[in-house]
Formats: sequence, structure tokens, C-alpha cells
Amino acid sequence: MSEQVQINVENLTIGYGDFVLLKDADYQVNKGDIFIIMGGSGCGKSSMLRVLTGLVKPKKGKVIIGDTDITSASDSEIQQIREKSGILYQSGALFSSMTLAENIALPLQQYTDYSEKTIKELAGLKLSLVGLAGFDDFYPSEISGGMKKRAGLARALALDPEIVYFDEPSAGLDPISSKNLDDLIIELNRSLGTTIVVVTHELSSIFSIGNNSIFLDGAKKQITARGNPRELLKNPPNREVYEFLTRGGGNQYAEK
Amino acid sequence: MNKRTTNNKNGTVFVTQKNGIVKVMFSGNIAELDGGEVVAEIRKYSAKGAEQILLDTEKLGSWDSSVLLVVFEAVKSAKENNIECDISNLPENMQQLVHLALAVNRKPTRAGDGSYDVFETLGRITIDTVQKVTKVLAFIGDSFSAIGRFFAGRSITRSIDFYAALSDCGPKALGIISLISFLVGLILAFVGAVQLREFGAQIYVASLVTIGMCRIMGAIMVGIIMAGRTGSAYAATIGTMQVNEELDALQTMGLSRMDFLVLPRLLALVLAMPILTMLADFMGMLGGAFVGVFMLDIPYQEYWRFAVRAFKIGNFLVGIFHGICFGFIIALCGCYQGLNCGRNADSVGVATTKSVVSAVVYMIVATGIITVICQELGI
Repeated sequence: MSEQVQINVENLTIGYGDFVLLKDADYQVNKGDIFIIMGGSGCGKSSMLRVLTGLVKPKKGKVIIGDTDITSASDSEIQQIREKSGILYQSGALFSSMTLAENIALPLQQYTDYSEKTIKELAGLKLSLVGLAGFDDFYPSEISGGMKKRAGLARALALDPEIVYFDEPSAGLDPISSKNLDDLIIELNRSLGTTIVVVTHELSSIFSIGNNSIFLDGAKKQITARGNPRELLKNPPNREVYEFLTRGGGNQYAEK
Repeated sequence: MNKRTTNNKNGTVFVTQKNGIVKVMFSGNIAELDGGEVVAEIRKYSAKGAEQILLDTEKLGSWDSSVLLVVFEAVKSAKENNIECDISNLPENMQQLVHLALAVNRKPTRAGDGSYDVFETLGRITIDTVQKVTKVLAFIGDSFSAIGRFFAGRSITRSIDFYAALSDCGPKALGIISLISFLVGLILAFVGAVQLREFGAQIYVASLVTIGMCRIMGAIMVGIIMAGRTGSAYAATIGTMQVNEELDALQTMGLSRMDFLVLPRLLALVLAMPILTMLADFMGMLGGAFVGVFMLDIPYQEYWRFAVRAFKIGNFLVGIFHGICFGFIIALCGCYQGLNCGRNADSVGVATTKSVVSAVVYMIVATGIITVICQELGI
């Protein structure tokens, strides 16, 4: 395994009960990549994310993060990996009974020995990083959907993770908020060197932030393309990828 | 030649069959056509060896989806039976809609599809049941382990969550508990008085109400109210957290759901239940006194003397013990159903219902067990 590979997925099969969603998936995510997992609705993107984050066990295969295979790791090993990763869920998944600062403070209280004062200041800093300076005492119900995602990102960044996972970051956002979030992802990747894994089917995000990707084909239940999304657009390996990346045959991104 | 005519408000659909050609003629303005018979006719002819289906819309005026449905079924029937069906003479927009409807011909599959034989079904049911029982036992074990961590000072339970839960199941429940218990005491006294009066022993209403409320009725009423009021709220709150991915967030942050969500609620309810049971006992006795004094004309002092004489500390403690057990049952049922809720709004409703039903069932089972044990111990 190469030095810079951060996530190595080998021969992965995902499914529920007798139902197979995706089979024999192999791919690698390099350190510092913005890696896109793309595909149509229902192809298994979000399930793939749940496997990568150890929330569900695959039917078969390995997910090696660093040196640990999380599919067979002990609880304490998974715990160590989770400390080094953050996740931004579709809805932000903020705890509604807590203020934004308390949401961000939660992982800091759990995993660090910082004083309460430092934790409070760190929470404020993380909120500033995502453009929510001063919103410390706001509750999730008091802010907009885009702000919730930003606050969710601030919480995901609380422990300075090596990997941040994004589940459909653009879902439910207007184009401007969506673009701002994309810019923020690129900025964080550049400034912090964080490896970013994004599950999305939003073409504007795919082309603007992704430097590596895989395409999950729901009908064939396998990965049918991999590489830089722009390269895939120039040389689509199959019809499904071409149609997906061109919105069924259009070429609005081809000339960019 | 076979023919069938179906009349609509201002139009007609006419189906004929001659020399292997099925002709469907539409004429006039057709709306809200009940085309079941027409479709059945087309299908019958198609299956009986027709060679072609002709769709004639030359005289068709305005039309709606009901006409499109007949055309769509005719085209599908022709495809299934490998017979010719030309749609090029249909109105252009109708042709487009038919193409659109036939564009995707996918056979959908879903998890759990497939038929199983008797043994396989039996095996699956057995495995499911074992898994469910294991899950419940693991949850109960985790709960007690979380309580152990709490008393060992190693829990991450937030005090603010505990106080919020305590406030919700304690002070905020006082009103409803008082009212219901007062009314239960009142009813108990009324029902008892009817029989006791026969023997001129209505004064014993005081003993009946006191023993009944303190021993079991107070705790049962509090249990049922709290299962409906608080247990369901636990299931709904935690279930909604599941829908909003907050439980996933907790798990991926490595925070224990037991410490963070279950323990504050469990401790709050177990602490509140004995106090609420005491209140229910008192309010029930007050309800009984109300009937005794104002309806049965028993002197107040006399009623109170009999009530105090009937009050036994053993009965009272059995009631309190019931309350503590019910607190465990309600909190565990509510939290378990919430944590195992699905990821849609409907599942939250199901989890809420299950939490109340299972709590009430387990409370009755627990009451039976405690009663037998008390009987054996002579309490």
C-alpha cells in the first residue's frame, strides 16, 4: 500500500438482508484528496458512507483506514479512528437541545483535557472558521438550513480531523449557499490538508471541488468509473457515466 | 364480428374485432372514461390470436388521462402478445405520452423480495426472534452497565440533561397525576360504597381506598399516565433524533448513547416515580374522603381515623417499590423503541405506540411477579 493512501477499500460488498446494493468495490483515497463518491439516487452512496464511517458492517470486504481494517476492528480501534475523522450529515445533525457552541464543545469535552474556558473559545473559533462567528449561543432551530450545515461542519472539525466525510452537502441548499459551502470545503482542504470524502450527485459540486472520484452504477451494482471528474467528462468510460455527468446528454460542463 | 360500445358523456369508444384486427375507435369529447370493460375486451381479443390492434382517433375531440390509459393498455397488450399496434395516427401529444410511459421497463426489486418455503420461513422467524431477544437483553445489560459507570463517576451524562428530564417527568407531571389519582380514589370509594352500604359498613370505604391506593392503584395509575406521557415522549424524541441523523452523529463522535440519552431519562424517571406514587396515594385517599364525607355522610374525623388505621407501612412500601420498577420499565421501553426507530416519520409514530403498549404490558407482568413474591414473603 502506498504511503499516501489514507483509505483503502478492498473487495467491498454492501447490502441489507438478502439484498445486495453494491458488490466488489475496490478504490483508494489518497491523503489530501477531495474524493467524490457519485452516482444516481439509490445506488448506495450513502450506504457506502455509513460503511466507511463504521456505522454499518459490509457483507464482505475490507475498509482500511490508516493501518486499521474497520470492518474487523475492535470498538476501541474504531473509537481511535473516529477521533481522527469528522462527518457532516445531510441535515447537519445538530443536537437540537444544545446551542451551537455546546454542539461543538461535545467532542472536545469527550476527547480532550482542555479547560471549559478553552473549549468555549475553541468552539467560537471553529464557528468563525465556517463563517458563523457570534452564533455561539444560538440554537439549531434559530438558524437557516445553510447555517446548520456550516455549524455541523464546525462540529466535524472540532477535533482537527484527518478525514472529513460529507453526505450530500448541497442537499436542500440554494445555489449561492451551495457554492459557498463548496468554496469552504476547498479552503479547508487547502489550509488544513484535510482529506475530504464527499457523497453527492450534485454536478456543480462534483466539478468544482472533486479531484478524484468513483461512479457507482446502481443497475450494475458496481463501480464503473474512477478518476478526476473532469477527466471522466472528457473521456467517459461508459454511457451511464457520460449521461450522469452531462445530465442525460447535455454538455453544460463540457466546455468549462 | 364482435363489437362493444362504451359511451362517455359526450363521446364513445367502440371496440370491434374482424379478421384478426382489433379496432378501437374513439369519437367525440371524452373525459373521465371508465375504460375497464374496453381494456378487458382488447386484452381478450389480443390473447385470442388477434394479429393487429388499430387505434383510431380521427374523430376524437378533447381527451384526458382516462383515454390515454386505454391507449396505453392497448399498446402494452400488443407488446405482451407480440402483435402489431401502430400509434403513429394518434394525436402527437398522446404519442409522446405513450412513448414516455413505455420508456422505462424495469422490473423493480426490493430487499426482502422472494418467496421462501415453510422451513426457510420458520428459520427466518426463529433467527429474527433470537436476534430481537438478544438485542433487548443487550440493551438492558448496557443500561445497568451505564448506571454502574454513572455511580463510578466515569459516565459522560450531562447534568443539564438529567435536570431537564427530571423537570419534565417531575413537577410538570404533578397536575395530571393529582387529578387522575383524585378521580380514581373517588371512583374506588363510590364502587366500594355501593356494596358496603348493603351491610351498613360504609365506613370501611376509608380502609378500602387507603389499602387499594397505597398498595397498588396509586403506582399503577402513575405508571399508565407516565407511560403515555413520558415514555412516549422519550420514544418520539429519540426516534426523531434517529430520523435527523443525530444518533449517527453521536455514534461517529464516539459518544455513548446510553450515557448521553438513556441514562439521564432513566435516572430522572426512577427518581420521580416513587415521589409521584406517594402523591397519587395521597390524592386517591383525598378522593375517597371526598365521597365518604360529602356523599356517604361519614364524619371527617371518623373517616380519617379508619384511613390511618388501614394504612400499613408494608403496603405503602410495596406501592413505592412498584413505582420504582415501573420507572425502569417505562424509561427502558421508551428509550429502546426510540433508539431502534426507523428513519422516517411513520417509524416515529410506530416507535411511540410500541413504547406505550410494551411499557403497559411489562408493568402488568411486573405487577403479577411482585404480587406473587409478596404473597410468598407474606408482605
